[in-house]
Amino acid sequence: MLHIVVCVKQVPDSREIRIDPKTNTLIRQGVPAIVNYFDLNGLEEALSLKDRFGARVTVVSMGPPSADKALKQCVSMGADEGVLVSDRAFAGADTLATSYVIALTVQKVEEVWGPVDMVFCGKQTLDGDTGQVGPGVACRLDLEQLTYVEKIEQLDEKRREIVVHRHLEDGIERVKAKLPVLMTAVAELNKPRRASLPGVLRAAEYKPIVWTTNDFANLDRAQIGLKGSPTIVGKTWVPEQKKIDTQMIGLDKGIESAATDLIGQLFSTELPAKLGWA
Amino acid sequence: MAEQTAKERTRSKPAVGLQPTGEVDWSNYRGVMVVVEQRDGVAKKVSWQLLGESRRLADKLDAPLLALVIGHDVEQLAKEAIAYGADRVYVSDSPELKDYRTRPYSRVCLHVIREFKPEIVLMGATYTGRDLAGAIATHLPTGLTADSTQLDVNEERLLMASRPAFSEKLLATILCKQFKPQMATVRAGVFEALPWDDSRTGEIVRVAPQMSADEIVTEVLEFVAEKSRVNLEDAEVIVAGGRGVGGPAGFQLLDELAKVLGGEVGASRVAVELGWIEHEHQVGQTGFTVRPKLYIAAGISGAVQHTVGMQNSDYIIAINKDPEAPIFKFANYGIVGDLFQVVPALTKAFKERVGKRQETPAGDRTPLHVM
Repeated sequence: MLHIVVCVKQVPDSREIRIDPKTNTLIRQGVPAIVNYFDLNGLEEALSLKDRFGARVTVVSMGPPSADKALKQCVSMGADEGVLVSDRAFAGADTLATSYVIALTVQKVEEVWGPVDMVFCGKQTLDGDTGQVGPGVACRLDLEQLTYVEKIEQLDEKRREIVVHRHLEDGIERVKAKLPVLMTAVAELNKPRRASLPGVLRAAEYKPIVWTTNDFANLDRAQIGLKGSPTIVGKTWVPEQKKIDTQMIGLDKGIESAATDLIGQLFSTELPAKLGWA
Repeated sequence: MAEQTAKERTRSKPAVGLQPTGEVDWSNYRGVMVVVEQRDGVAKKVSWQLLGESRRLADKLDAPLLALVIGHDVEQLAKEAIAYGADRVYVSDSPELKDYRTRPYSRVCLHVIREFKPEIVLMGATYTGRDLAGAIATHLPTGLTADSTQLDVNEERLLMASRPAFSEKLLATILCKQFKPQMATVRAGVFEALPWDDSRTGEIVRVAPQMSADEIVTEVLEFVAEKSRVNLEDAEVIVAGGRGVGGPAGFQLLDELAKVLGGEVGASRVAVELGWIEHEHQVGQTGFTVRPKLYIAAGISGAVQHTVGMQNSDYIIAINKDPEAPIFKFANYGIVGDLFQVVPALTKAFKERVGKRQETPAGDRTPLHVM
């Protein structure tokens, strides 16, 4: 049976985040926490593979204790098990330190439940927007790395081969790789299912497994959390809203005249040169 | 049982925690290196833009500007890199490097970085750039900043890579003091390439591929270039519509204007959620962040969700019935009126002025993806 690990992150719903105009800091209070969208696409794909081929789906997440809600949500959708890796020592991790802990977690999942065939991550998170943790985990676990997957065309369990479509800027790439692989999911991959009633009932009772630093035998404390993060945030600032002197074009002389007027004004700017119209 | 053996065989015992290979003295790391991205021997624009900005950084550091070209039959790109500002170009040219694949490409990058020790390594924040940079930075290991929109260096020779955070609401400068090289991916369209100058001279250094063909298990079966793929991030002109467009038919009007201007059609989240147009047209927080030279917003009210994705466009024209619509605050030019009348008038007027020069041949343009 396939063993699939799905990595998820609980993130603040970025649509709800505001900036405190006095302190230039984020107002996180009252911002709902959600499961990162693209991670749910990864979960959905794992669950649909489970429906088709039969699979064990283990969801892992690194985060504060309150992130157990995210794991319960994944269980309500059909995941078999949820593991929360949570410890104050993990806090402040950048993508390098995060990929270290997630990779250790996947290794430990393998120790407990057996070899893993596939790992799913979202293409990026809503709060970090980097897309770097997936490749980092693949690299550390020596998995074939298939990023931006929008379709699994074929999975041959016997030959341990997978053919996927990667969604690139200028087209689609069909790639064949050998399991085990790590895939990162784009929104086009699927539409995440709603929780089923049995799923909701199971999730209500379900307590995610929690692992702390003490649960990892070979953990190198120099590589986790803030200390294990080579990148540091220098300064943050709110981008200045460009002060724009909006030129309103009136319609009093008719629409055609307004259109000609507008284009005439555009041609007195640098724009035509920039666009090669001049 | 057979399955289990197969699984075990493919599992090496990876060293999850990666440490720099012995070296802690970074003082001999010197130079700014740009990894050039290409397909079929044609470089992505962002690579040359990045060389332009990196030239400035290298000069400030009094260090060489380096480029790395990986692929097959890419010799020409090395010369182009020099014409665009590079002092030295490392080229790994081999049939097994024809298509981008993470392992063979990252092995070449790692080899070049360890051998020639650049202090800064940059690449485009494209899908391929992020795929490659994520792998390399973990292997080295070093710090990596994603999707930077501003670059600078300070007197300690530290790279200051700034990037938007929380959907462009905040900008943050990221530094990496601990390791070299300092790495960042950089957004396309932010920097300008230097003017092409083929009188520039530079050195070309050949680098052997670091994996043989039979070591590479991943296989690119085919690449299907999608004419239909909307490329908002590279578009110089975007004509975007929102709720005011009223439906798929309204987007056809915008498409006609976009066609005359050689641009793409964009959309607000509402228009996408109402099912009028596909998600790949969406500009804003849950869509694309764009900075075209001209952005025309028709029937878009200007919610933050949308404006964070387009406010850095060079010129913005807003068309809206509601004179109070917030979009006008972002616009250089505003017309209060019915877009169903204004847009066709603009199409006609633009056609007279720029149409003949600008209009792209029919087969070459992205068809509109309305639903």
